[in-house]
This record gives sequence, structure tokens and C-alpha cells, in this order.
Amino acid sequence: MKKYTLISVASILVVLAAWSIVTYGGIIDPLFLPTPGDTIHALVEEIEEGIFFQDVAVSFYRILMGFVISTIFAIPIGIKMATSRIWLAVWEPFVGLVRYMPAVAFIPLSILWFGTSDLQKFFILFLGVFFQEVIMIADNCKTVNKSLIEVGYTLGFSKREVTRNIVFRAALPGIVDTLRTTWGWAWTYLVVAELVAASSGLGFRIMQGQRYLATDRIVLGILVIGFLGLLTDLLFSWLYRKMFPWKLMEKAKE
Amino acid sequence: MGEVMLQADNVMKTFVSNKKEITALDQVSLTIQQEEFISLLGPSGCGKSTFLRLVAGLDTKTGGSLKLNGVEINGAGRDRGVVFQQYSLLPWMHAWENVAFALKKTPGLSASQKKEMAYHFLELVGLKGFEKHYPAQMSGGMQQRVAIARALVYRPKLLLMDEPFGALDAQTRRDMQDLLMKVWTEEKCSVLFVTHDVDEAIYLSDRVYVMSAHPGRITKEITIGMHRPRDWNDMLSEQFLYYKREIVSELVKQKSLQREAAQA
Repeated sequence: MKKYTLISVASILVVLAAWSIVTYGGIIDPLFLPTPGDTIHALVEEIEEGIFFQDVAVSFYRILMGFVISTIFAIPIGIKMATSRIWLAVWEPFVGLVRYMPAVAFIPLSILWFGTSDLQKFFILFLGVFFQEVIMIADNCKTVNKSLIEVGYTLGFSKREVTRNIVFRAALPGIVDTLRTTWGWAWTYLVVAELVAASSGLGFRIMQGQRYLATDRIVLGILVIGFLGLLTDLLFSWLYRKMFPWKLMEKAKE
Repeated sequence: MGEVMLQADNVMKTFVSNKKEITALDQVSLTIQQEEFISLLGPSGCGKSTFLRLVAGLDTKTGGSLKLNGVEINGAGRDRGVVFQQYSLLPWMHAWENVAFALKKTPGLSASQKKEMAYHFLELVGLKGFEKHYPAQMSGGMQQRVAIARALVYRPKLLLMDEPFGALDAQTRRDMQDLLMKVWTEEKCSVLFVTHDVDEAIYLSDRVYVMSAHPGRITKEITIGMHRPRDWNDMLSEQFLYYKREIVSELVKQKSLQREAAQA
């Protein structure tokens, strides 16, 4: 573990060093790539202007809402698709089709419908997240060991009880993994939506940076999104370890 | 012996695979009395597990009659307990929760009563002190003990065991057989035990049904008249060896018959 941390830190340092060399060394024009110092300076500026935390909060609110709305629908429908042939027949063709339509391509239409409101962001996030989630959650449920399901029936459970007490619980670690993955994708959809049509948020700030040739603010925006993503990812993995201690024991046993 | 618990008459099971109809069970008839220990013994593919699944209500027969206490079996139910070969514990639950889970549908029990019963049955199968272990923290033998406790805790009349010790090493297997004998003596239920191990079948059973494959048929029925309780020494007795010779020669005979049929 110690070795792992050491190598990880070293790998970040190497990237930072390379960045410093090409910028401070004057190899790349600061117009195209700011120095690390300039980027930190941009951060301080934005904080002083009072827009930094506001941007983060606005973007975070949008992604959270879009993600939660998608997930609230995706979990029950995904489970139903895995356990009921009728639900599968109803949803699979539809989901299969929309899943391959790039959510980003709906942005012009979404602006027509919802303007540049938050609703428009939720809509794009829903398109991007829900249709992926629902298929992946259905798969999580389908891979539940058949003998666990049969145990439920031999104990006198109805199909509904088996679904709730066994299928859902057994699929839950997989579902949490799915959420972790789709949460990452959600960031991309959000930022694209904000780049095109927004008056606040991290994506909007990046677009502003381009308009005023403030490359340092562009790079700052990208880095901040990266860090926020990393933070939530760590949160998901912490949650996973807290919720499923037995899963880690199974892995240790293998 | 008491009354008939399970009555199977000419049970058929066919299924279609690659557009060909395959007969998994061909006119299987057998009975299990109350508190009787019956083994279904045969090579793999003889349909013994298929028959157990029919009795458990997990599959449906395609012909014949299969009655539990005089009533045709229709679906799974709590009058039967099932112990599968492996991987049947819910991995997110502690051992005691796995056992108590079987009491979820038992009316009129408080949470603490359920816990008490789960602890009691875990003690019965020799797992005192392991109540709060996850399945992943237990060996295969211990996991099967939990599975047995779970199948017994709601007191089914008929216990169905599908090669429950098949995945265990020889020593653990012996211990589990003795444990099962002890528990069965205390709990007094009927048992249908599916195995391909001749020694195991004789050692445990009151009666052994020998099956042959393709199609699955019962070819011999042997009553094991050995005293109880039994121990390992009994496996060297003349009586035990007599039964073993009987069964092994039947298995060999069926195998050569099959070879002839395949060549013809």
C-alpha cells in the first residue's frame, strides 16, 4: 500500500513537472497553456470575485438533480426489466434505441423546449444517464445467482418478495458500481450542456474563458471538474466499502 | 414406520434440447414414510437432482403423480426444506440472519424469538460462536451447516438434500454425515437425500433407491437394515459390505447395459 501511494504521488509530480517545464520554460505560449502559478492565481481571483463556489454549487446542484431523477426511475425499471418478461418487452426496444442516440445531439431541441433553464440541464442529464443506467441495472439484476432466487422460493416467498429481498439485495453492489460509472458520465453531459447554453456553472465559466482568451480560467475549470469527479468517486468507493463489507471478504478469499 | 409422506407414481420429466426430446425421468415411482431417511443414488445425469427439484416444486413434471401428504405438489412451499449443493447462503447476511431469514414468513414470531431460534439451530449444527460471521468468512463445510440450520429452522416435514456434501473434502464430508445423523435424530423429519456416493447413501439411509441414466429410472430399491446410531466402524461390517456389493454390482450392470445399448 505504501509503495502504491508513493508511485501515485510520483506520477502526479511527473505530470506537474512536465507542465511547469513547458510553461515556465517558455516552450509553449501562455496564451495556449498557462503556468501552474497562473492557474492558481485564476482560482484566487475567482474566489475573490465570489463566482468560484457559486459555479461549483450551481453545477453540482444540476448534476445531482439530473442524476437523482434518472436513478429514481432507472432502479425500479431496471429491476423490473430483469425479472419480468413483459416489462422487458415493453422497455428494451425503446431503451435500446434511445441509448444509442447521443444525448448531446438533443441539446438544440432541449433549448427549444426548455430554454436555458435548469430544466434543460436535467433533461440532457436524464437522456444521458437514465438510458444507460437502466440497461446496466437490469444486467446487474440478471447476473444474480439463480440458486439464491430458488432458495427464496423454497422458503415460501412470492415472486415480489424474492425480487425485493433477494434479487435487489444481491444486485446492490453491482448497482452501486453502475451509479459510480454513470455519475462520471453525467459530468460530461452537464458540462457540454453548460458550454452551449448557460449563464452560470463550471461549463459556462470555461466558455467565458475562451471568449476572453483567459486560458488560465479554462484550465482551472477543467481541473476543478476533474477534482470534483475524483472526490465523488472516492465517496462512492468509501460508500461501497461501508455498505458491503462482505463483498470485500469475498474478494480477499479469492 | 408411520404413514406415507411422499408418494411418487410414474413420474415423467421430459424436456426439449436442440429440438430433440430428452427423457430425464422415466416412470419414477417411490415412497417416503414419515421420519424415514431415503437416498436417491446414481451416476451423474441419471435425473436424481431433477427428481428432487420436482419434489421441491422448483420444476414441473410432465407426467405421473407426485403427492406430498396426499396432495399433488404444485410449486415450492414451506412444508419442504431444501439444502442445495453450494452457494445458497445470502452473502450479505450474517450466519444467524441467514437462518432467521427462513422465519420471515412464519407468523406470530417476534424479532427476538426469531433470533433465538436461529441461534439455537446454529448451536444444533455445531456453529455456536459463529453466529455473526459472513458466509465469506466460513469454510464450505460451515456454510453447509448454516444451510442445514436454515432448512430445519421452520420445521418442514420433508428435508430435501441435493448432494449437499458433494463439494466438501473427504474428512469434512464424514463429519457432516455424522452431524446430519445427529440432527435428523433430534429433529425427526423425513429426508430425501440425493448423492452419487455409495458409502454415503448406505451409511445414512433407511432405504436406498438406485437410479440409472438415459433415461433416468429407478432400477433397484434396497432397505438398509443396519442398527442406529451408526459410526464409521459400521462401514467395515459384513452387513455394510453386503449392501455395498449389491449396489455396486447394480451400478456396474446398468453401465454395461448402457454401453451395449450405445453400440447397438
